[in-house]
Amino acid sequence: MSREKTITLEVNGRQHCAAFPSHRTLLEALRELGYFEVKCGCEKGDCGACAVLLDGEAVDSCLTLAWTAEGRAITTVAGLGDRGRPHPLQEAFAKSGAVQCGYCTPGFIIAGVSLLRETPQPSEEDIRFGLSGNLCRCTGYRKIFEAVSEVAAADAPKGRK
Amino acid sequence: MVPDFDLDSPDRLEEALGLLAHGNGAQNVPLAGGTNLIVDIRACRVAPDRLISLSRIRELRGIRLAAKRVRLGGRTTVSDLMRSPEIAAHGASLVDSARVFGGQMVRNAATVAGNIACGSPAADLVPPLLSLDATVVLTSAAGSRTVALDDYFTAYKKDVRRPDELITAIEWDVPGQRCVNRFYKLARRKGDAITVTGVAVTIGVTNGICSKARVALGAVAPIVVRARAAEALLEGQRLTSALIDKAGRIAAGECNPIDDIRASADYRRHTVHMLTRRLVNDAWVQLS
Repeated sequence: MSREKTITLEVNGRQHCAAFPSHRTLLEALRELGYFEVKCGCEKGDCGACAVLLDGEAVDSCLTLAWTAEGRAITTVAGLGDRGRPHPLQEAFAKSGAVQCGYCTPGFIIAGVSLLRETPQPSEEDIRFGLSGNLCRCTGYRKIFEAVSEVAAADAPKGRK
Repeated sequence: MVPDFDLDSPDRLEEALGLLAHGNGAQNVPLAGGTNLIVDIRACRVAPDRLISLSRIRELRGIRLAAKRVRLGGRTTVSDLMRSPEIAAHGASLVDSARVFGGQMVRNAATVAGNIACGSPAADLVPPLLSLDATVVLTSAAGSRTVALDDYFTAYKKDVRRPDELITAIEWDVPGQRCVNRFYKLARRKGDAITVTGVAVTIGVTNGICSKARVALGAVAPIVVRARAAEALLEGQRLTSALIDKAGRIAAGECNPIDDIRASADYRRHTVHMLTRRLVNDAWVQLS
């Protein structure tokens, strides 16, 4: 039986056909395809640097085998928005100074977007809980939490604070 | 270098069971969320011949309540547990556990069956399920059988599941109304940490008497264990602080912890005493 096969991955709405061995993780496959915004950190599900959305839900791409992502919508941080049309959370990260070295930022934004989809008006505790699988080693958590709160506040129904 | 393996992703349960049944001696391993298994494969701690991914089998995911029994599909994720009003009402200790289980991405991927199947004494969903008297449904191509979770583990990382079987569901009876079910995980920090001591407790009260007591202990023995002597001491009694303290001390004697990088055996025993006392006391106060 072949242990390498050609699969189709849908990344940020674009189809890619490529051959990968069975053990290739989604993280490795995405970087091979040029999606360098997906970062390689701990490769064991502790740091969240490699987070992507899989059918809208945040997962660690280092713990996902590429073959099992076939037929599912993969979204990287670049798929959420770009410099010209940033996602509100990307904008909030820039405005709040929630970025220092930047390595953890793609994962934080993916986790933050997933958190806001599930809990559009999160409490401080909800934010800490939603981001507990992402590590920042520049110690920038405070501003990251502020960026997520800011997007939630901007989205709040009018007349409420 | 990661060794190669075959990888199948069947759409239907019957296909997965068929693949498991026709292993021809090869080592077939079911792949659920992958949050343990992928790490172990990449570290060369396990080298399966073939992985059978369950990610496409929809019927294995979901929570149902019927005839006063809760049924979790094996591929139900930790995040699913937190979103479910049925679990909040009839398995509150699982919500306690899900809230300290790991980061968001791990909770979105990790499954209930996977947490049981990994066999770790520190698997955080096992003490809650044991405190609920859960049963495990094991299914093969030849049919299904039901095993009490209490009888499922036989030794460290050893269980009664045959290689051709999948954990397809986990079930338990809805606890009565006068019943409190809680879990506490003690670890070095709240998020993303491996358990030092995990305690799950169920206390039921009828006519002012403790009619049901379950105390399940995680990470303090080769497998998750019940503190049966502590349970027996509490059942049938009107609880007092002295009795609850004694039950905690007895529970500490019923575990068999080790010294490791996270804590000493003595500390673990001490915390079993303290956590059992605290959880039983809180439950009793809430029910009185």
